[in-house]
Amino acid sequence: MTRSRTSLLRSTLLLSALGALASVAYAADAPGQPQSAISGEKVYERWCAPCHAPGPGHPGTQSLQVKYGGKTPAVLLERTDLSPEAVSVFVRQGLLMMAPFRKTEITDAELAALSAFVARNYKGR
Amino acid sequence: MAIPPNVSPAAFNAALDAWRDAVGPEWVFTSEEDVALYRDAYSPFWGEPEERVASAAVAPATVEEVQAVVRAANEHRVPLYPISTGRNLAYGGSAPIYSGSVVLDLKRMNRVLEVNERNAYALVEPGVSYFDLYEHITKAGLDLWIDPPDPGWGSVIGNALDGGAGWTAYPFRDHFGAHCGMEVVLANGEIVRTGMGALPNSKSWQHSRWGYGPWVDGLFRQSNFGVVTKMGFWLMPRPEAMMSSMATSEREEDIIPMLDALNLLENQHVVNGSTQIFQGGRGPAGSAAWTIQVPIYGPEKVVRAQMDYAKAKFTAIPGVKFVEGELFRTPLTPEQLSRVRLVNFGIPNLSTFAMLGRNPGAPDPAGGHIGFSPIVPRTGESLLEFKRFYAENLPKVTNGENLGITGPVYMTCWERTLVCLIMFPIGRDKAMNAKMRHAFETWVRLAAERGWAEYRAPAVYQDLVADTYSFNNHALRRLRETLKDAIDPNGILSAGRYGVWPKHLRKT
Repeated sequence: MTRSRTSLLRSTLLLSALGALASVAYAADAPGQPQSAISGEKVYERWCAPCHAPGPGHPGTQSLQVKYGGKTPAVLLERTDLSPEAVSVFVRQGLLMMAPFRKTEITDAELAALSAFVARNYKGR
Repeated sequence: MAIPPNVSPAAFNAALDAWRDAVGPEWVFTSEEDVALYRDAYSPFWGEPEERVASAAVAPATVEEVQAVVRAANEHRVPLYPISTGRNLAYGGSAPIYSGSVVLDLKRMNRVLEVNERNAYALVEPGVSYFDLYEHITKAGLDLWIDPPDPGWGSVIGNALDGGAGWTAYPFRDHFGAHCGMEVVLANGEIVRTGMGALPNSKSWQHSRWGYGPWVDGLFRQSNFGVVTKMGFWLMPRPEAMMSSMATSEREEDIIPMLDALNLLENQHVVNGSTQIFQGGRGPAGSAAWTIQVPIYGPEKVVRAQMDYAKAKFTAIPGVKFVEGELFRTPLTPEQLSRVRLVNFGIPNLSTFAMLGRNPGAPDPAGGHIGFSPIVPRTGESLLEFKRFYAENLPKVTNGENLGITGPVYMTCWERTLVCLIMFPIGRDKAMNAKMRHAFETWVRLAAERGWAEYRAPAVYQDLVADTYSFNNHALRRLRETLKDAIDPNGILSAGRYGVWPKHLRKT
């Protein structure tokens, strides 16, 4: 029996929760592609928007609406409290029904661009 | 770094070196952090010794790379577990059945190789999701629909191979049934093309399903006999219209003639849409015991005529009301799209998770789920028998606790049958997961005693469910084991998948 664990799980649990799922992309083969060519917005549209876009039928938005009751925006792109690091942890750790995203789905370079885009309004705490 | 069971560190390192050469070192994952991404987020054994986990992962981008990876695994006797998009949540996700296997992650094989509008088919690789195929067809402006299952991020190939179904018209929503032709890499690295694809320079691989000689495609469904690297699918030309009406009755026993009417209409191919059966609901006369959604796809005039015929069949049953629904001409307007269930119109999305995830009615959900999905004959008597079976046994199965188990949902994915789905919440609470496991295992046993079994099972229960298919001292399993030993003599591919284990890992 082999087992795999990650200590990041604990840090995930300390962060505020995101319920989210995402859509699937043509997995861009990042090697050789300069990071600056990756659009975080495009990664978001492909992987995050199907769950986190505004309006009904978006499970991530619905989940955050129920969780925060309007005190914190339910729409991910309206958040100002998410650091790039937090976004990365959620993507790689998952939470509740959102399973983690593998590196064949979102590469490290794409994750960096995605995290920067989602956290573009981060004001810190 | 984890080492697969029964593999020496030297042999594993040799395999890893060969894989790094084949796919590039960045696509061989061995660190604890990277391998953890392959855990099954919905595992009923999450965090327990029985959780099925990978030792490593390797992600080829081409069929030649798949061949190289498989050859090295075969040479060094390293167990592999192929996944396509890895989103088969509730059925194991991207984790292996046999702990310590190396996940063969095919997500990077993401090409839509061909979509043919005139003969209405597609040829895709395993990493292509329903979102991807929809986007490809939409961008190309082709007048074809796909048939998405509830979550659109799954693999078109993976869903078909696992026995999945969608929500448009028959026969397209039977995903394995709608396939035509495969390319498979066997455990020795050899490539096989099935059907007409076995003809060099074949011009009809995706046109003719049966080819010549014994048909082998079924060997690769819910199986571990090869790695499917290409698969063709027949697609539905965009129908001119869709109309969904509603038959209701206030009497419990009316489900018997109602399902007889529905069966007749489906078997006559008058009703071709994915019908739904609801218990309760509000009919035209108030509360209803049963509501059946009756969708029909086709040319508008034909749909209206067929709906008239369907209405006549249902309203011939005393007490049954029939309410004609709105006829939608395709493509739908944005306003129409905002109030329909998109999968019924061939549009992939993830809205199903709004029902399964945190919502106003479930503010603190467990997170994941698994389902018990026995196949039951499509008759009202069988449905009522299952309903009684569920109600009578629920207290026993749950020891009288409210575990949040929901069901049964009566689904009509395939003709002539019902899928009587029972859902179990799965989370990170080990004690609750243990109760869910007890409940699941008990349902499997009780249902088998009635002659009912699942069409598909969560990864950790594939042995349990396979054990219920035990006619003549497990003759079917023994046949499959004979095939497994012949096709994959070293037993490197997907050990344990759907209850088929290689010789060296069998318990008896």
